[in-house]
Amino acid sequence: MRRIYLDHAATTPTRPDVVEAMLPYFTDAFGNPSSIYSYGQEARGAVEEARAKVAELIGARSEEIIFTSGGTEADNYALKGVAYASERKGNHIITSSIEHRAVLEVCKFLGSRGFKITYLPVDEYGLVDPDDVKRAITGKTILISVMHANNEVGTIEPVEEIGKIAREAGVYFHTDAVQTAGHIPVNVDELKVDLLAISAHKFYGPKGVGALYVREGTSLVSFMHGGGQEKKCRAGTENVPAIVGLGKAVEFAGQDMDKEAERQAYLRDKLIKGLVGKIDHVRLNGHPTKRLPNNVNVCVDFVEGESLLLSLDSEGVCASTGSACGMASPEPSHVLLALGVPPEQAHGSLRFTLGRENTETDVERVLEVLPGIVARLRAMSPLLKTQK
Amino acid sequence: MTDPWSLYNEKVMEHFKNPRNVGEMEDPDGVGRVGDPICGDVMELYIKVKDGIIVDAKFKTFGCAAAIATSSMVTEMVKGKRVEEALKISNKAVVEALDGLPPAKVHCSVLAEDALKSAIENYLGHQKLKK
Repeated sequence: MRRIYLDHAATTPTRPDVVEAMLPYFTDAFGNPSSIYSYGQEARGAVEEARAKVAELIGARSEEIIFTSGGTEADNYALKGVAYASERKGNHIITSSIEHRAVLEVCKFLGSRGFKITYLPVDEYGLVDPDDVKRAITGKTILISVMHANNEVGTIEPVEEIGKIAREAGVYFHTDAVQTAGHIPVNVDELKVDLLAISAHKFYGPKGVGALYVREGTSLVSFMHGGGQEKKCRAGTENVPAIVGLGKAVEFAGQDMDKEAERQAYLRDKLIKGLVGKIDHVRLNGHPTKRLPNNVNVCVDFVEGESLLLSLDSEGVCASTGSACGMASPEPSHVLLALGVPPEQAHGSLRFTLGRENTETDVERVLEVLPGIVARLRAMSPLLKTQK
Repeated sequence: MTDPWSLYNEKVMEHFKNPRNVGEMEDPDGVGRVGDPICGDVMELYIKVKDGIIVDAKFKTFGCAAAIATSSMVTEMVKGKRVEEALKISNKAVVEALDGLPPAKVHCSVLAEDALKSAIENYLGHQKLKK
């Protein structure tokens, strides 16, 4: 059976040409970038080339890019780095209630260490209100962190407006751009951000590598102490092959970003229209237009997400859910709950995230198999009867 | 052979894909409804009793694959059993009959045991009223 992968927000396949670019740096060009002989300098050159490409993608300067082990580390570094460097100035951090756990869990940790955290609500579409940000700022506020686009429901946040507010108030502004970098335009000056996190495996690069943009003049404490790598911010011998892979993935992403985003948005809209049209009691989660080009997230009433996923998997379709059965917490997706979706409906959520290899045939296949799956599970569900 | 990367074993998947005894029952002698849609699982179990023996059982379940498979299995296990024997069926016995569940999913089998107990108690309550 042909498998249809529709979970690109979770991870993407590494492009074969990215892998090919990485390979020499495991063997022939294996040197440590800190060594001054030719092996080392070859590796140094490759690292700096990748840094320049990442900087170019987001409209930054090379010196403002720090390589990390991925998006989670970049978010951790941004938040903890600013928090511990700004203790004398204040202890208040503003974030949203729909951030990725790489931000929310760090906030929770900092909250337990004496920092005060404001979690801003979102509207029914998942949008943060910039006025709420403005109102939340106090004399003690040291950082605002609001994601560029949400990983579950795909809503694109008004980062630019929030950036303007942060700048006027003289507060650092971080954005998690893990779902947007390499997919839609990201420019640190337009967004007015001081810190920005990206991750390679979300745009056809390897896992285990990402980057944090740090605007010049932003004071952060060192994240990893040891050798002096990454301007003494992040010690440890550079993961040269992975960094080369990140650079290559950035290069490919930039070649046809707009065209690919447009193609995926067409497929996205076709899938949304088909799901809502073909199946009763299905609602779109997230914003209808301020939305990632590849994200479809719906609630399917009266059925549970894991049952939907496993049934889809039997048909070769790989998707994701905001249901929580079997997870450590009994609560369904914190994002859907923040949007005001009732928990029983949040348990029946499905997320499809498109990618480069998906075609119209894939969308048609989902629309062909899902109505039958939903009908079968609903026939089994005691909820449908009580709702009638 | 079971795919080592799949969450559930073959027997659980088989019961999830082809659940036995799905549906509502006309004039059941006992009905049990347990769980909460807010928590992501609700199970309804219906039994028919004749001369103290459960002659038929049916279910409707909203929940994950483990909840559906355990519902299917527990309805199979009670059929033909005396009411007092059926009361002794534990969630552990249901899990064993399914050749096991992932640790994070064992709690779903508790729902099956609760639904059965609740259906039998409902039946016994009716019996008392008749006397």
